[in-house]
Amino acid sequence: MESKFDIIETDSVVVRFSGDSGDGMQLTGMQFTDTTAFLGKDLSTFPEFPAEIRAPAGTLAGVSGFQVNFGSKEIFTPGDQYDVLVAMNAAALENDLKNLKKGGIIITNTAGFDAKNLRLAEYPEGVNPLEDGSLDDYELYKIDVTRLTKDALKDMGLGNKEIERSKNMFVLGVLYWMFDQSPDYTINFINEKFTKNQIIADANIKALKAGVNYGETTEIFNTRFKISASNLPAGNYRSITGNHATAIALIAASEKSGLPLFLGSYPITPASDILHELSKYKEFNVRTFQAEDEISAVCSSIGASYGGSLAVTSTSGPGMSLKTEALGLALMLELPLVVINIQRGGPSTGLPTKTEQSDLLQAMYGRHGESPLPVVASESPADCFYTVYEACRIAAEHMTPVIVLNDGYIANGSEPWKYPTEDELTPINVHFTTTTNNEGGVFLSYKRDEKLVRPWVKPGVKGLEHRIGGLERENETGDISYEAENHEIMVKLRAAKIEKIADYIPLQIVDTGKENAKVCVLGWGSTYGAIKSVVLDLVKEGYDVAHIHLKYLNPFPKNLGELLNGFETILIPEMNNGQLIKVIRDKFLLPAIGLNKIKGLPFTTIEIREKILELLNK
Amino acid sequence: MSDISEEIVPQKLTSKDFVPAQDVKWCPGCGDYSILKQVHTIFPELGVKKEDFVFICGIGCSSRFTFYVDSYGLHGIHGRAPAIASGLKASRPELSVWVVTGDGDALSIGGNHFIHMLRKNFDINLLLFNNQIYGLTKGQYSPTSEIGKITKSTPYGSVEQPFNPAELALGAKATFVSRTLDRDPKHMQAILRKSYFHKGASFVEIYQKCPVFNEGAFFMFTDKETKKTESLFVEHGKPLVFGVNDDKGIKLDGFKPVVVDLNENGNSVNDLWIHDEKDRIKANILAGFSDPTPELGHLPRPFGVLYAVDKPTYEDAMAEQIKKITEKKGKPSLNNVLSGDKTWVIG
Repeated sequence: MESKFDIIETDSVVVRFSGDSGDGMQLTGMQFTDTTAFLGKDLSTFPEFPAEIRAPAGTLAGVSGFQVNFGSKEIFTPGDQYDVLVAMNAAALENDLKNLKKGGIIITNTAGFDAKNLRLAEYPEGVNPLEDGSLDDYELYKIDVTRLTKDALKDMGLGNKEIERSKNMFVLGVLYWMFDQSPDYTINFINEKFTKNQIIADANIKALKAGVNYGETTEIFNTRFKISASNLPAGNYRSITGNHATAIALIAASEKSGLPLFLGSYPITPASDILHELSKYKEFNVRTFQAEDEISAVCSSIGASYGGSLAVTSTSGPGMSLKTEALGLALMLELPLVVINIQRGGPSTGLPTKTEQSDLLQAMYGRHGESPLPVVASESPADCFYTVYEACRIAAEHMTPVIVLNDGYIANGSEPWKYPTEDELTPINVHFTTTTNNEGGVFLSYKRDEKLVRPWVKPGVKGLEHRIGGLERENETGDISYEAENHEIMVKLRAAKIEKIADYIPLQIVDTGKENAKVCVLGWGSTYGAIKSVVLDLVKEGYDVAHIHLKYLNPFPKNLGELLNGFETILIPEMNNGQLIKVIRDKFLLPAIGLNKIKGLPFTTIEIREKILELLNK
Repeated sequence: MSDISEEIVPQKLTSKDFVPAQDVKWCPGCGDYSILKQVHTIFPELGVKKEDFVFICGIGCSSRFTFYVDSYGLHGIHGRAPAIASGLKASRPELSVWVVTGDGDALSIGGNHFIHMLRKNFDINLLLFNNQIYGLTKGQYSPTSEIGKITKSTPYGSVEQPFNPAELALGAKATFVSRTLDRDPKHMQAILRKSYFHKGASFVEIYQKCPVFNEGAFFMFTDKETKKTESLFVEHGKPLVFGVNDDKGIKLDGFKPVVVDLNENGNSVNDLWIHDEKDRIKANILAGFSDPTPELGHLPRPFGVLYAVDKPTYEDAMAEQIKKITEKKGKPSLNNVLSGDKTWVIG
């Protein structure tokens, strides 16, 4: 039996599941991913779906894809091109063929290539790519998934619609066979998901097993993959998406700081999952408030912070714009507040389901008046945990709003995570003032400590009654002041307070490569994986290149300028039209070079590699 | 031991305890002074500790109120006080939270937060100072200004029909809707007390004089000559009676209110509409007594509690849910959250 097909042993494979929005590709991809992770492989995922909930079935606009790169080596990106493309219909093939590797495998559901589907996928009249030889350069498998699923489930008394819904499980079964992975994880998942509907659970399991058996018994496949478990560091792992990591980071920060958690949020793609996830954790005394709008979401959080909560608001670009006035208020009140922006393609409604890094300048400068705020950014799905946790620490310990810049790519993407235990988390030290802080039993609401931080007093403390607000405060007393000198002092104090945070964050390190290399690739946010894997490869190949990745965008780590000055050339890849580069040039007067991609898609490694090589060869 | 007995004896507060050192900076003759006075007067009687009062305000003349009550307060941004207050009340239900706002702050820029705070029924007292004008920006028409109003921004008269705040509050599912006036201190004190003791969102519209930009807008309801005929003071369980010698009443003809002369045609006080503040349909009719209402003819303006019902508050429902789920799921461990329920081991 074994000799009938080639067994390809490889250290990584990219699979793309592609189908109609209604075909369940996201679920199929997640199941494949979780199983893969569970079996000890490293991986990175990239779910990609249309902005419409259900675009017309069969159309190009309705294609929903899920890409996973997994293997025994360290994986940093979902992969530039895929080895295997699963195309459930003609539109999926038409949409996604372009990034299939030459000679790659295509698994199709032939039922999705009937005349109607071909027309909807905009193939010319009479053209069927499965039949016209145009796919001869690939390894094409034509499987009538729909019919095979129907046959497998025909005696179960299910309607056509329910049977149709199980066809993704058949395909998943075929893939499990192809990659020599056990379907057990998914069988457990199905049993848990459909505890109240045994027939549906049975049907899905039957379809899944039918898929596995199809791979095993039919002799159509030429290829089977063998990938050994990865050499990830030893430890306990789980799979996590960025938004999920964000939610549990907030719970962790609440527990470690002793502050009750309050999330004010208004539904917005791609940030809503943070609200969904947190609202499950009521037993942690978590208060989630679905506000009437973005402004109320941030304002209710300010109210909760004033009352002594760890207050958070989560959103995306358009919501961020609406929150800006309130951010100015929170900055003036000098209250802790964590603002999580899951960036998406902008401006305006832009590309709601596509990724972009174009809100950095807004985070840095997008408020009226002199209004600096700390800004941090996550580099990967699992890193969202640490970055959001750190944002909570800075907010609570430094009494300031903190902006977290994540993006749709890492918010929805997932990876294995060697999760920490609670003892391993940095403590968050919060101090509420309950006594007067000046001679003669006077309380001064804007008297600062060594961090330039003012006292946090919860309403209800006897003897410290005072009023705060958005009108300029008098230094120390916190009374309203329109005095000229005072305003200048306060503007400088607020700026110095944010700068002072640099004393309480780690120094910048070189992620890969060495200091003083010829080319330094300076990144921030979700470009981490792509830059990291390229620079790792190039360093291995002997090139003089280094990678520095910024988590702290304001204030920068204190040594950043000195570090950057040691490189001959600095390349800044960003998924925007050049934003960090402006800040770096402004701050350090360095002639950095930009590499910009504004396509709603993450960088491929090739794109970054080519640019680095061009600079190295100059 | 003496310490303990001191703790037990409640501190007797006086209105002076609520007067801060800061000067009050409203214009001379502003109706806000009277409102502030009544708040200072009733607060010591409410049984709330001084430090547990919180005033959340937005922007506008009325919103300066934050600074004039010596307790906790947050002077926020324009229109957003109900949202800030909602977050505070949701997380600190034990505090007595008050929102002071104006017709522009609550009904124009903050309209959305206003209706949703009422709908969600937070136990917050919202005092809307209605002077039918923008004062702090020096005299533009507001969403409660009458059609034809001449202001700086409407030199040829406003073309907009005004909101009737009580109708809006009822439409927003407020559980307590009331109206009072700056020039009737006793009435205002009574309404403020009732609003405090109402558990749920309390809406108090206060007709307030702006002597600089809208002098005399509400004089007809307080001036000796017209007060009796133009104002209708409603009380739960009492007939709707007004007039110079209490000689007029209001009867309901189906859903239509009709003014009757109690001295004529054998009209009796026993036939009049008896105010029932729990009756939502009647409250809506009552709230509609505002000029101009051509289909109803001229009706006096009602003051008092138009509507008051008990419904669960948002913060209680939220706390209850947290309590129930915590009881059901037991004491959680952060480590379980960090690991989730699907893990694997490498190495």
